[in-house]
Amino acid sequence: MQEHYGIALAFGAVAFLLMYMGFIIQKLIAPKNKTDLKMDTYECGEEPEGDGWLQFNIRFYVVALIFIIFDVEVVFLFPWAVVFKDMGFLTFIEVFVFMIILTVGLAYVWVKGDLDWVKMKLKYGAGRYSATKLHEPETK
Amino acid sequence: MGALNHKFNENILITSLDKLLNWSRSGSEWYFQFGLACCAIEMMSAAAARHDLERFGAMPRSSPRQADVMIVAGTVTLKMATRVKRLYEQMAEPKYVISMGSCANSGGPYWQHGYHVLKGVDQIVPVDIYIPGCPPRPEALIEGLLHLQKKMREEHILAKKED
Repeated sequence: MQEHYGIALAFGAVAFLLMYMGFIIQKLIAPKNKTDLKMDTYECGEEPEGDGWLQFNIRFYVVALIFIIFDVEVVFLFPWAVVFKDMGFLTFIEVFVFMIILTVGLAYVWVKGDLDWVKMKLKYGAGRYSATKLHEPETK
Repeated sequence: MGALNHKFNENILITSLDKLLNWSRSGSEWYFQFGLACCAIEMMSAAAARHDLERFGAMPRSSPRQADVMIVAGTVTLKMATRVKRLYEQMAEPKYVISMGSCANSGGPYWQHGYHVLKGVDQIVPVDIYIPGCPPRPEALIEGLLHLQKKMREEHILAKKED
């Protein structure tokens, strides 16, 4: 039993060396010259403007998810459309059921208001902004 | 510099290691893919199927971080000179420069009256190889790259510098 630990240790040591040998060698012999200009963002030789990280609106996420539904639908409909004439009425029923399921999904998304780009479910002054009373209508 | 660069006296082990490192370095002259004028057309032609630079291990890289050789292919206008300088500074060590064509060598046809042209790219970056011609044929560029390989193979990486 005891000698197995030695074998495992040898395996570990070799694995460690194989993994880190490249790192160690390049650390020792690679020339380095880290100037500020070199570590700067590469922008085709121009002076970089703004942040390198681009931010997308979170609403694109929902749109992308909805897109995938119809994307997959089209992928499945194309081969069906090609062989539709030979396959007969049964496949028509099957695809019809498939499309109904997806249409239910679309209806759900529609009802939930995810197809609207601008979401105006909350009235001004309602919800968590009610305490601040930003747009309270004047009452006489 | 790394911890072992230029630290050893020359002996058979060190010179052999240097040879190995130089050989691997000279076998992958990845050049920075940017052209400034008509010389770039010849550079593209040299990289394409007929002349095929990749058989010498030279392949175009789109980022200076991955490039070893900068081929200054064409007229360096004064406006472009600052960009060329910046791109050279952003390349990782070790880096080499090939000045391709008369314009990059000396200003070329713009030598006398070119108010907008840098008279030789060696005024802003250290040039290793000059290739004459206006523009040089792809064969000339290949010869320049081979001369650069020769220069790379004589370098000292682990051994002390000669001077």
